[in-house]
Amino acid sequence: MSREPLLSVEKIVKTFGGFHALDGVTLTVEPGEILGLVGPNGSGKTTLINVISGLYHPDGGRVLYRGRSIASWPMHQRARQGINRTFQIPKPFKTLTVRENVELAYHFARQGAMTVDNALDFTGLAPSADRPAQSLNSSQQKLLDLARALATGPDLLLVDELAAGLGPQELHHIADSLRSLADRSMALIVVEHHLGFVNQLTDRVIVMNAGKEIFEGSLTLAAEDATVSAVYLGT
Amino acid sequence: MLSPGRTHLRSHRGVNALIPLLLLAAFSLAPLVYANHAVIFQMMAFMVLAQGVNLLYGFTGYLPFGYVGFFGIGAYGMGIGIELFHLPGLAALLVGALFAVVVALILSPLLRLSGAYFAISSLAASEVLYNIVANPALTHITNGPYGESLVQSYHPLTSYVAMVVLLVLTTVLVIVIKNTPFGRALLAIREDPVSAEMAGIAVVRTRTTVWILSALIGGLTGAIFGWHLSVFYPSTVFDLSISILAIVFTLFGGGGTAIGPILGSVVLYGLYNAIGISAPQYFELIYGLLIVLLVLFLPGGVVSLLQRRGSYVP
Repeated sequence: MSREPLLSVEKIVKTFGGFHALDGVTLTVEPGEILGLVGPNGSGKTTLINVISGLYHPDGGRVLYRGRSIASWPMHQRARQGINRTFQIPKPFKTLTVRENVELAYHFARQGAMTVDNALDFTGLAPSADRPAQSLNSSQQKLLDLARALATGPDLLLVDELAAGLGPQELHHIADSLRSLADRSMALIVVEHHLGFVNQLTDRVIVMNAGKEIFEGSLTLAAEDATVSAVYLGT
Repeated sequence: MLSPGRTHLRSHRGVNALIPLLLLAAFSLAPLVYANHAVIFQMMAFMVLAQGVNLLYGFTGYLPFGYVGFFGIGAYGMGIGIELFHLPGLAALLVGALFAVVVALILSPLLRLSGAYFAISSLAASEVLYNIVANPALTHITNGPYGESLVQSYHPLTSYVAMVVLLVLTTVLVIVIKNTPFGRALLAIREDPVSAEMAGIAVVRTRTTVWILSALIGGLTGAIFGWHLSVFYPSTVFDLSISILAIVFTLFGGGGTAIGPILGSVVLYGLYNAIGISAPQYFELIYGLLIVLLVLFLPGGVVSLLQRRGSYVP
């Protein structure tokens, strides 16, 4: 494949005090592609999402979006340029209703293919549209993060542990939904602990450990990889 | 887009338009039926200040204990406009407003703090302003600790009318902000600044805008207040209790609404005048208890009782 990558992350370093949360990570994502990001706790997956979405500024390396360095872009500019995300611990506007949450994102970011109602239907939140966001349970609040992100019309969607707390049937449904987004040529980076869920989504995963990528390929091959099993099983 | 915001403004246009009109009528007629004009004027001043606090605290969650700093600097801007630049009253008002805005710009890094840290640092900032203005070394500009005397520009009627106009305009501003996407963006920032950024809201620019608007309101109130009083000292216009009263009025009525601060000012300033001067100890007791009870049981103020029942509160 010789398509121009939508996102290139090049040798990103992020330190907190003496701790190297990211230690030279490099990866690319193309339009319409789902990239699974797996690895043990503390391996730097969420930190990487935070760097790409602009919550953290990297201490080294480059993030290129459509070939342009976005280091100086504040988060809202990234959102307006089509980068959006969900949060591991959901962050809704609690006192606003579900619909108002999504409407804000639709109004202030660029207006993409999805309307507010589309985003609510897509995430199954339409029946709860008029409830205050704080009355939703944690899984629904994560879906609200997703609906809000979708309403900004993203080209690159960063999904941070959406599966946690969902039942098997919901998982299946969400996996289908995320794949349908990729079919519309949206690029997704999915951070996930639930490997079965990742397997349903994509063939391409990157395994991270201690701030570095240690494997790239399919999950099946990852399971056979000596370094990966050493990291996961300690053998 | 934000359809509900727009629809609210449209479907509740009547009640939203009624509030500023009622204020206009009430404070235009009040001097004809109530002889103590000072009380009426000060109630208006506190209503405007409470709305200024409301813009900042009610919509963004920043509690400005030092809000009086803008009020004081506005009054002194007025004084300097008249005494130093020999401007007529209305033009000197603009000097007061300008001073407050400049101070707000200088202090805007305070917005990087949150919660109690912001509240305390804003208080410290107002003390700094007070000490600069009251410094004997600045006697040739501010008359230092000896106070301003603007008796040559004393216009009780014009300054009264100016306060009515400011009150009506401020109320309209709060209603408009509450019902437009800008107000929703402020509420979103109050709830979660990171999510607000990801929703495409320019958080720093948005909250700096509301900070400057709030300072402008405080500065204009101080300027008109100083004009109306015509003789004042640094300790008069930088009195911390001005901040406290404006905050309590807002908390009592309910922040994030247009009616809350008005309600708070009418009830509590009324109470203050009824017993605050004759029996200050009981007044302090009632006030203290009110603050404790409000924070514990009714953080959204009196209007939240209506909001809980699903009623629209302007």
